[in-house]
Amino acid sequence: MTSEPLSLPAAAEPTAYSRLMRRVLGQKAFVIGIGIVAAIVLIALLAPVLAPHDPYLQNLSARNVPPFWYAKGSWVHPLGTDQLGRDYLSRVIYGARISLLIGISVVIISGLIGTTLGLAAGYFGGKVDMLVTFLVTTRLSMPVILVALAVVAMIGGSLWIVILVLGFLKWDRFAVVMRSATQQVRSLDYVAAAEAAGASTTRIVLGEVLPNIAPHLIVVATLEAASAILLEAALSFLGLGVQPPLPSWGLMISEAKAYMFFSFWLIAIPGTALALLIFAINLAGDGLRDIIAPEGRS
Amino acid sequence: MANSSDIVLEVDGLSVDIRTAGGTLHAVRDISFSVKRGETLCLVGESGCGKSMTSLAIMDLLPKAATKTARRLAFAGEDLSRAGKGRINALRGNSMSMIFQEPMTALNPAYTIGNQLVEAYCLHKKASEVEARERAVFLLGKVGIANAAERLGQYPHQLSGGLRQRVMIAMALMCGPELLIADEPTTALDVTIQAQILRLLADLQRELGIAMVLITHDLGIVARIADRVAVMYAGQIVEEGPTASLFNAPRHPYTQGLIACIPVPGRTEPGGRLGVIPGVVPSLVGEVRGCSFRDRCTKAQQACLDAPPVRETADGHRWRCILENAA
Amino acid sequence: MIGYILKRLGLALLVALAVSAIAFFLLRMSGDVAIAIAGEGARQEDIELVRRTYGLDRPLVVQYVEWLWNTLRGDFGTSIYFKTDVATLVFAKLPTTLLLGVLSLGFALLVSIPLGVLAAVYANSWIDRLALAIAVVGQALPNFFFALILVMLFSITLRWLPVSGSKTWANFIMPTIALGYYVAPAFMRLIRAGMIEVLSADYIRTARAKGLPTRKVIFKHALRNAVVPVVALTAVQLGFLLGGSVVIETIFALDGLGYLAYQSITFKDFPVMQVIVLMLSVLYVLLTLAADIANAWLDPRIRVA
Repeated sequence: MTSEPLSLPAAAEPTAYSRLMRRVLGQKAFVIGIGIVAAIVLIALLAPVLAPHDPYLQNLSARNVPPFWYAKGSWVHPLGTDQLGRDYLSRVIYGARISLLIGISVVIISGLIGTTLGLAAGYFGGKVDMLVTFLVTTRLSMPVILVALAVVAMIGGSLWIVILVLGFLKWDRFAVVMRSATQQVRSLDYVAAAEAAGASTTRIVLGEVLPNIAPHLIVVATLEAASAILLEAALSFLGLGVQPPLPSWGLMISEAKAYMFFSFWLIAIPGTALALLIFAINLAGDGLRDIIAPEGRS
Repeated sequence: MANSSDIVLEVDGLSVDIRTAGGTLHAVRDISFSVKRGETLCLVGESGCGKSMTSLAIMDLLPKAATKTARRLAFAGEDLSRAGKGRINALRGNSMSMIFQEPMTALNPAYTIGNQLVEAYCLHKKASEVEARERAVFLLGKVGIANAAERLGQYPHQLSGGLRQRVMIAMALMCGPELLIADEPTTALDVTIQAQILRLLADLQRELGIAMVLITHDLGIVARIADRVAVMYAGQIVEEGPTASLFNAPRHPYTQGLIACIPVPGRTEPGGRLGVIPGVVPSLVGEVRGCSFRDRCTKAQQACLDAPPVRETADGHRWRCILENAA
Repeated sequence: MIGYILKRLGLALLVALAVSAIAFFLLRMSGDVAIAIAGEGARQEDIELVRRTYGLDRPLVVQYVEWLWNTLRGDFGTSIYFKTDVATLVFAKLPTTLLLGVLSLGFALLVSIPLGVLAAVYANSWIDRLALAIAVVGQALPNFFFALILVMLFSITLRWLPVSGSKTWANFIMPTIALGYYVAPAFMRLIRAGMIEVLSADYIRTARAKGLPTRKVIFKHALRNAVVPVVALTAVQLGFLLGGSVVIETIFALDGLGYLAYQSITFKDFPVMQVIVLMLSVLYVLLTLAADIANAWLDPRIRVA
């Protein structure tokens, strides 16, 4: 609230790198988030080593075995088995692969579409901008989950169909952020200078504009990845996403729904895994946003 | 001379500390002054010398990170440093009011001028909306706004900066305050408007017999409307006295420097800014020992490392310096 | 202001038209209606017969224009699965979904406004941290998982609420909480951020200098300004609510548009699907339009200009 700058003795200037590191480590939330995400990525990569059993191997004589902390549980199946007698821990571990694959692939597709549209709108302005804005408005008016459900139902569900459908539906936020960021960067002096120096449009866009917006794009990408993972889980939960016997967390919850009265852990375990991954990605994304613009939490 | 019951504001040993990442910043350090009924005191000093913090401390409007301590902070004989929040609220906007630096942002964009004008009057005077509107129209006319009744329905963004500051003045006068604090009320305005607003303030103050604290860094203003002047430097009042005495015979080297910077000595120009004295203001973080001006003072000596004594003449002219007269 | 509304109205119409085209072509191109009508495993001749009878052998554009014209006249066609008039079907279910939307939005605002304001006024205190925790959990929990937790808690363990159905008001409690909690975090964060910004504004200091009680400073002077962006967010969140209602209504077998959408999708009931996609989209367009107008009205700088 002070309107008058109060002079302080100048402190020793830390290097840019150490300043950045201090800011990053000062964001406890970011460190925790990144830590959990890294752990889940590692688990997904090492799934064949870590999983105690084949996630697809059915054992009808050992169905719905509870996890080890129940009286009837055992360490043979630490998280128990599902309704087909498949080892639940192994399925949860392999499930991480599906969620991460969805998150990454959807963001790559939607990111490419969205940034291209946003860049074009922000850079060229005028009619291009109007067209892109119209596309974004139209896209936003259609509920993603409804359209995705309908299209997947018609074409038939599979991992790749889900990825493509979500990828083609979730580019809006990339476009919006990219558009306004490009407009901002465009008005900066050095871009005008590059233009005046006769640099080509592509060169300005790729060389000057993109690197400046990259941090914002990474933030959007993390949040969009989380949202895509949630959407896949919801689609699979409704039976119109990833198809059995793939161990998608959403599908696992759906398959266990009939048993929830007796074995709630069948739902609680994949649900918690899903929530933990989303929590960690959001934490990392929010932390990253604060590192980029340290003013406010939101 | 006025007796002690005429003293509207009495500040004794006021300090304001602000917590910062680098440590505690002593923004205001043990300052004392008082203002009588019908008197205008000008607080003068560079940016960051603690003038605004002083005014906010009096109004109990300090930001969260700032804390104030005072031996006595009395309004009309009542010690505010011991008053509760409810009591402060009953006085604020009622018998003591304030005008801020930025008329462009000091009015709420979401409400009409009328709404914001009547608010305090309805609250403090238990008046009806109609009575309050009548008073608002009267005061808007008084601060020189034409079509006052129409203006009440307008929003701040429809008014120019000068008009907004007039509205702010009217707002401050709504409840007929005994004390008016004006924190650089003209800095954000055009030079021509500045003079109008100041004349208005001075006239109203005289007419209504209000005690006024005017905060400024503009010595031209000070020479024209102040009864007494207090010069602040690095959180302290370094010199204080009647306007004529202070301008004709400044005692503190800092005041002398300030006055020397005025383009035409003895006849200051309206809107004239303070000049530049070589050197920078010392950091107020942590303990400040000795005279805070010694780094920039041409007459500094070994004795300046200790706290300088407060000297005083018969006409109430006080200054903080080891020298009787630095000139 | 009138010009502004007309411009926004024109854009809304264009968007609605685009959505109708997308809804039509997207669904038509991802599956064969004739097979859907004739049923899986129908003979080729039957499928061809269906194609001719329903005019499905004509170019898609012709079919689209016809469909659009009929839809505009209020003739939404006949449901393949339910064998009834789509308009009757859809309008019978719409009130349930609208009620759920309003209830969950109300619930979300009821939770997020006080929490957001408190979190801002007492920034970095325990209440701020609590509000943040509630928001973070709300954003991480998949809404269908949260709904199942509610069922487990209130229906199975405590036996307070019915698991599913839509006959009584008690059927709406869990769907409202599940859907409301899904959209509340965004509101809370926006209100907190807005309040923090507004509370440090000069006009708040002016209001305090007038001697107004804290309550009035916060609710009259601060919240009014912090709430402006919330209106715009409300429209976006209503879009989420409409999408989320598909999942939540399905879980609780709440007989609204969302549940009908899910049923029509699983039964490949084209006419119903198309109309619902179009309807939810138009609803969203109308809501954003309303939010824009409300926003303009809330901000005197736009309203009076």
